[in-house]
Amino acid sequence: MLQETNVKTIDKVVVRFAGDSGDGMQLAGNIFSNISAEIGDEISTFPDYPAEIRAPQGSLSGVSGYQVSVGKGVHTPGDEADVLVAMNPAALKTNLRYLKKDGVVICDVDSFTPANLRKAEYATDDPVSELGMDPARVLSVPMTTLLKNTLDDSGLDQKAIMKSKNMLALGVVCWLFERPVESVLRKLQNKFARKPAVYEANAKVLRAGWDYGHNTHSSVPVWRIETAASRPGTYTDVTGNTATAWGLILASEKSGRPLFLGSYPITPATDILHELAKRKDLGVKAVQMEDEIAGVCSAIGASYAGHLAVTSTSGPGLALKSEGIGLAVMAELPLVVIDVQRGGPSTGLPTKTEQTDLMQALYGRNGESPLCVLSAVSPTDCFHMAFEAARIAMEHMTPVILLTDAYIANGSSAWRIPEPGDYPEIHPHILPQNVLEAGWKPFDRDEASMARYWAIPGTERAMHRVGGLEKDYHTSVISTDGANHERMVAARREKVARIADGIPEMTPMFDDGADTILLGWGGTYGHLLTAATELNASGCKVAFWQFRYINPLPRNTVEVLSRYRRIIVAELNTGMFADYLQSHLPGKEILRINKVEGQPFLVKEVVEGVNRLIEE
Amino acid sequence: MENNGTKAYTASDYKNSQNARWCPGCGDHAILNVLHKAMAAIGVAPHDTAVISGIGCSSRLPYYMNTYGMHTIHGRAAAIATGVKTANPALTVWQISGDGDGLAIGGNHFIHAVRRNVDINILILNNKIYGLTKGQYSPTSDRGTVSKSSPYGTVEDPFIPAELCFGARGNFFARSFDMALDTTREVMEAAARHAGTSVVEILQNCVIFNDGIHSYFADKENRAEHTILLRHGEKMLFGKDNSRGLVQEGFGLKAVTVGEDGYTLDDVLVHDAHARDNFLQQQLAMMDGHELPLALGVIRDYDAPVYDREVARQTEEVKSKKGYSGLRDMIMKTHETWEIG
Repeated sequence: MLQETNVKTIDKVVVRFAGDSGDGMQLAGNIFSNISAEIGDEISTFPDYPAEIRAPQGSLSGVSGYQVSVGKGVHTPGDEADVLVAMNPAALKTNLRYLKKDGVVICDVDSFTPANLRKAEYATDDPVSELGMDPARVLSVPMTTLLKNTLDDSGLDQKAIMKSKNMLALGVVCWLFERPVESVLRKLQNKFARKPAVYEANAKVLRAGWDYGHNTHSSVPVWRIETAASRPGTYTDVTGNTATAWGLILASEKSGRPLFLGSYPITPATDILHELAKRKDLGVKAVQMEDEIAGVCSAIGASYAGHLAVTSTSGPGLALKSEGIGLAVMAELPLVVIDVQRGGPSTGLPTKTEQTDLMQALYGRNGESPLCVLSAVSPTDCFHMAFEAARIAMEHMTPVILLTDAYIANGSSAWRIPEPGDYPEIHPHILPQNVLEAGWKPFDRDEASMARYWAIPGTERAMHRVGGLEKDYHTSVISTDGANHERMVAARREKVARIADGIPEMTPMFDDGADTILLGWGGTYGHLLTAATELNASGCKVAFWQFRYINPLPRNTVEVLSRYRRIIVAELNTGMFADYLQSHLPGKEILRINKVEGQPFLVKEVVEGVNRLIEE
Repeated sequence: MENNGTKAYTASDYKNSQNARWCPGCGDHAILNVLHKAMAAIGVAPHDTAVISGIGCSSRLPYYMNTYGMHTIHGRAAAIATGVKTANPALTVWQISGDGDGLAIGGNHFIHAVRRNVDINILILNNKIYGLTKGQYSPTSDRGTVSKSSPYGTVEDPFIPAELCFGARGNFFARSFDMALDTTREVMEAAARHAGTSVVEILQNCVIFNDGIHSYFADKENRAEHTILLRHGEKMLFGKDNSRGLVQEGFGLKAVTVGEDGYTLDDVLVHDAHARDNFLQQQLAMMDGHELPLALGVIRDYDAPVYDREVARQTEEVKSKKGYSGLRDMIMKTHETWEIG
C-alpha cells in the first residue's frame, strides 16, 4: 500500500506522451483521457505530430507527441506537463521543454542504446546529465526487458510484442494517477474484441507496467486528481473535426435538407471528409472531387439542387475556392465552408495551428462580397458552430465560412451527446407556394431578413436561372445598370448584417468593475479563459469575452466595448481581429497580444502579456 | 396535353422570353433552337431539367432556357453540374461550355467528370477561338492560328476534344456542327438517352473572330466529300450518292470508292458505337475532314456504371444495412460512451 504522505491532491494534471510516430502514443493518451472522463474529469487533448508520415525511427524529426490534461477546470491541454512519457532518447530530447520544472519523466531505459543516442544527436552517453535533469525525478523503466519477460510465452512474434510497449507505459501512468487497471481493460476489450490473443498480451503488459510502478517507485508521489462535476448526460470523447462533421449532420436532421460534402484532402481538415464519408450510413453524400475548386463547385451545384451543401478545407484550399464562394455570394445560395486554419502563407506549417485566415475569410474575394464568418472556440464547440453555420446559411441564403484551427480540430474533449430536444428546428428559406403564385421572381427578398427564396429544381413553375452576373433588383434578369448594382451591393450587405438579429449578444465574464477587457476569437478560448481566471484570482481585474460570431459581430459589441478603458485582443496572428475590431471602434486604442509560432498560446504568455499592457 | 400519362412538351416550353444576345449569324442561335426541340422530343419536364454553363459566349445559353439553370464561373460548369446531378439524380442535367471554358480553364473538371461517368450531357460548342474576350486563340485552335494573342501564329498544338474524351475513358462521344440541324438534334437526343457522361462536340462558327474556320467541311458543297455521318450498325458510307466508304487498311482507315480498285460494299466497315474497345471509334473520331472525312453522329455509346447512381446506391445500401435512426443513435451504437448522473 502506498503511504498517504506520498499522495498529492491536485485539481488537474497534464501528461505528455512522446515517441516515434508508430509507438502508439496517441492511443495511450486517448485511453488515459477517456478513463478519466468516465469518472467525471474534464479533459482536453492536443496531438503534436510531424508533417512527415513516417520519419526515420528514433530520429528527432520523427517524434510525435500527445498531450492530455484531466481534472477540474480543464480548458486547455496545459502549458507544461507534470509527467512526460518518453519512449526513446529523441522523444526525451525534443519534449523535455514541455515538462514542468518539478515534473516527472517516465522513459524506456532500454531504448537508450548508443545507436539511438547517436540518432537523437546526443553528445554524451549520459542523457540525464546532458539535459540537466534531476535523476530523482526520472522513472527509468526497462520497458523492452519487461515486455519480453511478460510476453515470453505468449507465442507472439517480436514485432507484435513491441507493439504493446505503449500499454506498459500506460500501466505506469495509471499507477502514478491511481487509475484502476480494470477501466483500461474495458477499453482494450472493445478495441481488440476480435483479437483475443492481442487483448491478452496487452492486458498482461498493462498490469506489468502498473505493478512495476507500484513495486519499485513507491517513493515518487502519486497524484490524486480532483473530479469536476459535469452536466448529467451521456458523454463521448470527440475531436473538433469529428464534432464539426456531426454538427452538420444534426443540422441536416433539423432542417430536413440532405447533407452533401464536396471536398479534397488537405491537412488538417481531411478528418471531416473521412467522418462524413463514413456517414453514408446516415445518408450523407460525401464526394471527393478532383481539386479544391471542384470541391466548392460541386457543393454549389448541390446547394442549387436543394441540399445542405458543405465544402471543407484549410487556408490554401480556401484561396482556391475564393471565386466559387463569390458565385455563392452572388447567386445567394446557402453554402457552408469549413476552414481548419493552419500555419501559412502558402504551404506554410501544414500540421501546426494559427489564426491567420481571418482576413482571407472576411475579404478574400473580388468585388463587394460580404458573407457570414463564424469561429469555433473548442473541440466540442465545433459541433455547435457547425450547426450554427448550417442554420445561418439555409435561413439567410448566404455562404458561411466557419473558422476552426488545427489545435481544436485535432484536440479532443469529453462531449455531452445532445438530447433530442436540445437543438432547435432549422427553417430553410424555401420558396413557399403562396409566394410563387404571387408572381415570384428569383431575387425577391423576405422583408425582415432580406434573404431571397430557395427554389429547388424539380419544383413546378419555379424554373429560374441564377449566376455570377448582376441581376435587376426587381425583375431578376441580367442588369448592368449602375444604380441597380449599387442597390444590389447594399442589399447583399444588409442581408448579412441582419443575421445579427438572431445571434447571442456579448456578455463578458469577470465584468465586475473591470476597466480592462481581454478579447479573443476562435480556438484560443481555453487558454484565454484560463489566463483571465488566473489574472482575476491574483487580484488583477480583467473582463473576458471570446467571439464566435465575427461577421456580423454581436449587435451590442460596440456599445459594450466602449465601456472599457483598455481593450486587449490576443490572437495567433499579427493582429487581424484587432484590425477588424478597430474598424468598428474608430478612435479607440486596441492593444494586442500576438503569437505566430504555429503553436497555441501558453497561459502564462497571455497572463504576462496582459500584465505588461496594464502596467504600460 | 396528356399523352400516355406523360405530358408532351413542345420546343416553346423550354424557351423563355429573353432575346438571345449573340451576334447575328452566330452558330449558337441554331444550336439553341435545336436544343429546345431536342428537349421537347426527350420529354423531360422543364422543371426537372437543369442547364449549367461556365463563362463565354456559348455559356450565356441557360439565360435563354425556361428550365432551371446556372450561369456559373469560368471553367467550373462540369464540377457544378456534377454537384447538381449527384445531389439529385432525378434531374436531367446539361452542361454548356465553349472550347475555352470546357477544355482550357475547365480541362481538369472536364476529364474528371468524364472519368467518373456522372450522368450529365456536356455540349462543347467549339469555334476554336475566344469570342467574348474578342479574339484570342483557344486550346482547339490549329497550329499557326493568327489571332490577337498570337499575331505571328500559334506555336502549339491543339486538343482534339474527342481524343481528350477518349483519353479520359469517355463512354459517349458524338459530333455535329451548327448548320447540321438534324444531326445536332439526333446527337443531343442520343446524349440524353445515354446514362453516364455524354460529350457532344458541336463545331460552331464565330462570324466575327473566326469566320469560316469550319467551311472546308461545313459548306454545302463540301459536306458530302468531307464528312461522314456514322450510325450504329450501318455501313460507313459517305460522298455523293454514298459512293464512298471507309475500309480497314493495316491498323488504319482508308477512304475508297465502292466498286473501284477491287473494293466492294462488303469491304466497307459497319459502325459499332457500342463496342467496349474504343480503338476503332477513336480512329474514326480523329479523322479531320481532310484526307479522311470528319465523323459526325454518335461515335461511341457504351454503357458503364454511372457515378451519381452509384453514390446514391451505395449510400442507400449502407444506410439501410446499418439502420440507425439518426446521429445520436449512430454515436451511441458505434462510439464509447459513458453516463454522468
